[in-house]
Amino acid sequence: MTQADVTPPRPVVEMLDVSITFGAVRALDDVSLRLLPGEVHALMGENGAGKSTLIKALTGVYTIDSGRVQVDGAETQFATPAAAQRAGISTVYQEVNLVPNLTVAENMLLGREPRRLGRIDRREMNRRAATSLRALGIEIDPGSELGSHPIAVQQLVAIARAVDTDARVLILDEPTSSLDADEVARLFEVMRRLRDQGTAIVFVSHFLDQVFEISDRMTILRNGRVVGERLVEGTTQLELVQLMIGRDLQVLDRLDHAVQEAADDVPAEKRLPVLSAVGLGRKGSLEATDLNLYAGEVVGIAGLLGSGRTELARLLFGADAPDTGELMVRGSSRRRLRSPRHAIDRKLAFCSEDRKAEGVFEELSVADNMLLGLQASRGWLRPIPTATRSTLVEEFLTALDIRPADPSLPMRSLSGGNQQKVLLARWLITQPDVLLLDEPTRGIDIGAKTQIQQLVADLAEKGMSVVFISAELEEVLRLSHRLVVLKDRRKIAERPNRGIDVNDVLEIITGEPGGLAEKERADA
Amino acid sequence: MSVTMVEEGLLARAARFSPPRRYLPVLGTFALFIGMFGVGGLRYEGFADPQVFLTLLLDNAFLIVLAVGMTFVILTGGIDLSVGSNVALSTLIAARTLELGLPVVAVVLVVLLAGTLLGTAMGLLIHYFDIQPFIATLAGMFLARGLCYLISVDSIPIKDETFSAIAFGSITLPGGYYLGWTAVFALVIVAVAAYVLSSTRFGRTVYALGGSEPSALLMGLPVAATKVGVYAISGLCAALGGLLFALYTLSGYSLHAVGMELDAIAAVVIGGTLLTGGRGFVIGSLLGVLVLGTIQTFISFDGTLSSWWTRISIGVLVLVFVVAQRVLTRRS
Amino acid sequence: MPETVRTGRVGRALRARAIAHHLFWPLVALGALLVVNLIATPTFFNVRIQDGHLFGSLVDIVRNGAPVLLVAIGMTLVIATRGIDLSVGAVAAIAGAVACVYIVKSPADGAAGTAAVAITMALAVCVALGRWNGFLVSVLGIQPIIATLVLMVAGRGIAMLVTGGQITTVNNDSFGALASGHLLTLPVAALIALGVFAATQIVVRRTALGLLIESVGINPEASRLAGVRSRTIIWTVYVFAALCAGTAGLIIAANTHSVNANSLGLWIELDAILAVVIGGTSLAGGRFSLTGTLVGALLIATLTRTIPNIGIPAEANYLFKALVVVIVCLLQSPKARAVLQRRGDRTPPSPSAPSREEAVA
Repeated sequence: MTQADVTPPRPVVEMLDVSITFGAVRALDDVSLRLLPGEVHALMGENGAGKSTLIKALTGVYTIDSGRVQVDGAETQFATPAAAQRAGISTVYQEVNLVPNLTVAENMLLGREPRRLGRIDRREMNRRAATSLRALGIEIDPGSELGSHPIAVQQLVAIARAVDTDARVLILDEPTSSLDADEVARLFEVMRRLRDQGTAIVFVSHFLDQVFEISDRMTILRNGRVVGERLVEGTTQLELVQLMIGRDLQVLDRLDHAVQEAADDVPAEKRLPVLSAVGLGRKGSLEATDLNLYAGEVVGIAGLLGSGRTELARLLFGADAPDTGELMVRGSSRRRLRSPRHAIDRKLAFCSEDRKAEGVFEELSVADNMLLGLQASRGWLRPIPTATRSTLVEEFLTALDIRPADPSLPMRSLSGGNQQKVLLARWLITQPDVLLLDEPTRGIDIGAKTQIQQLVADLAEKGMSVVFISAELEEVLRLSHRLVVLKDRRKIAERPNRGIDVNDVLEIITGEPGGLAEKERADA
Repeated sequence: MSVTMVEEGLLARAARFSPPRRYLPVLGTFALFIGMFGVGGLRYEGFADPQVFLTLLLDNAFLIVLAVGMTFVILTGGIDLSVGSNVALSTLIAARTLELGLPVVAVVLVVLLAGTLLGTAMGLLIHYFDIQPFIATLAGMFLARGLCYLISVDSIPIKDETFSAIAFGSITLPGGYYLGWTAVFALVIVAVAAYVLSSTRFGRTVYALGGSEPSALLMGLPVAATKVGVYAISGLCAALGGLLFALYTLSGYSLHAVGMELDAIAAVVIGGTLLTGGRGFVIGSLLGVLVLGTIQTFISFDGTLSSWWTRISIGVLVLVFVVAQRVLTRRS
Repeated sequence: MPETVRTGRVGRALRARAIAHHLFWPLVALGALLVVNLIATPTFFNVRIQDGHLFGSLVDIVRNGAPVLLVAIGMTLVIATRGIDLSVGAVAAIAGAVACVYIVKSPADGAAGTAAVAITMALAVCVALGRWNGFLVSVLGIQPIIATLVLMVAGRGIAMLVTGGQITTVNNDSFGALASGHLLTLPVAALIALGVFAATQIVVRRTALGLLIESVGINPEASRLAGVRSRTIIWTVYVFAALCAGTAGLIIAANTHSVNANSLGLWIELDAILAVVIGGTSLAGGRFSLTGTLVGALLIATLTRTIPNIGIPAEANYLFKALVVVIVCLLQSPKARAVLQRRGDRTPPSPSAPSREEAVA
């Protein structure tokens, strides 16, 4: 790996071999980060790569387990976010972390309001706020309530607050995700000005074009480790994405595509789709999208974080209500899905990417977790008979190789991979026609991963229609019969998965030719 | 005065189709209060007499002070069930210490200290041990009531001259009207609280806590001190309310103020403060108490209406405000 | 020697498991109270049969604790869905009022049939009140504590409206039997409460109701995505809580042969919540234990009985309740436990510290 060769001024912040462990998960593994004065430093990585954890370790939200943090060469460990702020490290988090019920000016100056004789001087406060806002090109009444403004404006106010503390280090975690092009341009102007004044800016964004436009240097994380520190100049988008996504070195057999070929014999128009979306979209999450799902087929969804891949699955399942478009189940008359309950009644199933928040019931037993989907369909008056219960649970414990194979254990005592299998079992027990899988293999060990991949292939062979979403392109390509590529909340390509490799997909996403193979040859 | 200013602001903005939502509930309460007084004035002779209004303030002085303390707590998204018992405890401590011959100043200080300590203790449990406000203040409620019985099971009369003098003291207003000292005191407390909430860092942090506690923490605000502080203030207000109640009844009794916490909560809610925190004004709570008082005045003037209509109408008003606020917050 | 070492180890393991059980401390407290009573009154455990009825302090405890137990059973299910029902005291008053007023107004005010109709009517009113709470919580999406506050405030007014503000006295032996009657030597009130307890336990664990209630309480979003009809579940528990409260109200009214809308079931919601919390059901919702609630309710009833028995004025039981609330809550609070652990053996905090796991997810 080529280490960017810079002879830098002394870093403002230097994090050395920082590690943090949550339970059994190593969220940060010997991560080092250097921030130089007067640079915009992009922190890159997929979901779960450790970006947020790294930021929170720096700003005193988390305590680090090992490693050192130096600010201006002096070893430091902030106990609270407030302490970090006092030391000149300001953070704007992804979700607006302000209070909507106070005015814009108060939100900018809370905790250091101008006072006269102990009384908050509102006039002076509004004047100061207006000045800082104007510097950012925002023309709003500082006396108005923050909550009355759109999220984009709130985000800018959050940035204005951070900038206003005379920060030497400014951390912007996904600041542009809710901004439009003009607002982004305005933000970048401010960032450049601050950089020229010597502020070190950490910029986290999943919009590659923006990263390349504004950043000077970047650190790339994957699975809690640093996989590269580069100058932006001389790095291509393709290279960056390859580093972020990584390559699964384990050579797995390319799964049999016989099903796909058989399916291709019948022209698609002649077959009836199991589920079909026409112009399905939702403001702020996905532009109007068409998609047909057929029985016995795996459709892979490829796209980076924030491309709209999760949003698509949620809309298909009725977990979020669409603003536009129609969903037809088995060619039924046009109607939308009102709720997940409605979708499940129509033989749909959805495994969320957020296992902990949206899937697992930690305090319930493995058996209960497994049977909850079926039980919810039957209603509380018709419990699943004990004999059926144990047959089903035994069957799926064995079929999915869930360990430990004790159905009475609480769900929280299982590893991530086994929890994922239990959730898969929950849906398989309901015998769905369509299975929507969002990142079913994230954060689980390689053994469980292969088993789940094999299971997906088997299910499709038996006639199920599967949507497979994953950040790992290899995995998507290995399993899918058809490939849908999303970018910036839009479908940009859909094609049968024949003769496509990772580099082709990356080309589609980044719009740049070239691949890792060529690059490696060039390095050698 | 501040109300008229608010109204001008409303009119000006309503013309531009963007009424300041945060003032709407208080304006609603104000309109309700005026409307009730208007209807009362039309229906019953003597209802519109300003002295009726001044007596309303006198009769509810203790509740006004309780509601002020409750407003601080509810603004942070918490609740304080202990205030009723705290009032009873305060009346008893006052009566017993006076009986023991302590000087009035010392009596007042002891009462205020006890109330504040109780509030602070609950605040510490809530903040540092993550015990839900509901449960922690429920314990406080039991504790204060239990302490009452330890002091005395029977009612203790207050015969101190200073106390009587204050209780019956009043200032004469032009036109021969008079306003009791205790009412004046309650209004001063409202003014002080309004100032603290609107114009000090502590006050604004109270609102920030109710808006979003995690955000307040990330913004580096003094969350712990503020959270414990509001319960201490509520305890202090309950002690003050207890002193006013002792003046009102000239006795200390363990069965005083049973269920008064519900009245205080209802007054705050009817005053337009959001029970989930972050929105509301002390002036609203004052209006809320006045609305509750007016209902009672109404019923006593009418003579044919039974007392239970008080409770039912309070319940209906709480419902209306809760549902209206739910609709307002859902839209945003 | 090795033999004793092994039994020692087994004993220690058993002891550790017993202490870890959520009912360990409540049961210890209950046992301690009984021992205190036994020391104060050596005949405390004596039970005698008189006229074919069981009499004795222990029987009294169960009989007098019946209303709180009933309310607490309903409250347990509500709390398990992350809710709370503050209106149960008011609902109890309304139920008592409806039944007593019907009996008094009826021409045959002493007949058993009249009592049956009165009880049915009262319970029907409770179903309506429960649906009202459920509507506010599940359809309008108002926080349970606020939604049920409405009925808590207005409910006693409604009860007074029903009774016309009078203390209504009834003279109906069948109705009175709810509280003072005996069946198979046992007091009817206790039988009703224990019967409701057993029936609830069976329904909750034999049908899928318990599972679905817990799933809604543990993770509402995951429940929605799994297709659980949360709205139905929430309606069900609020109606059930109102029914339990109504039954408790009827027993209290039958006990005094009268109803006072102002005082019937006053603060019973607080005792019930206390019983639930002591029994180890977390106010944050999720896993619940009806057996725990039973122990909690018995503990409160025993406490109420103990205080006069050992010569402390009955009113002081508030003080003891406050202590019990604080101690139980501190024992259950993860933060307090962490502090204790750090003091004790410096074991690292458990890996399932919630904030940290959320961070990874």
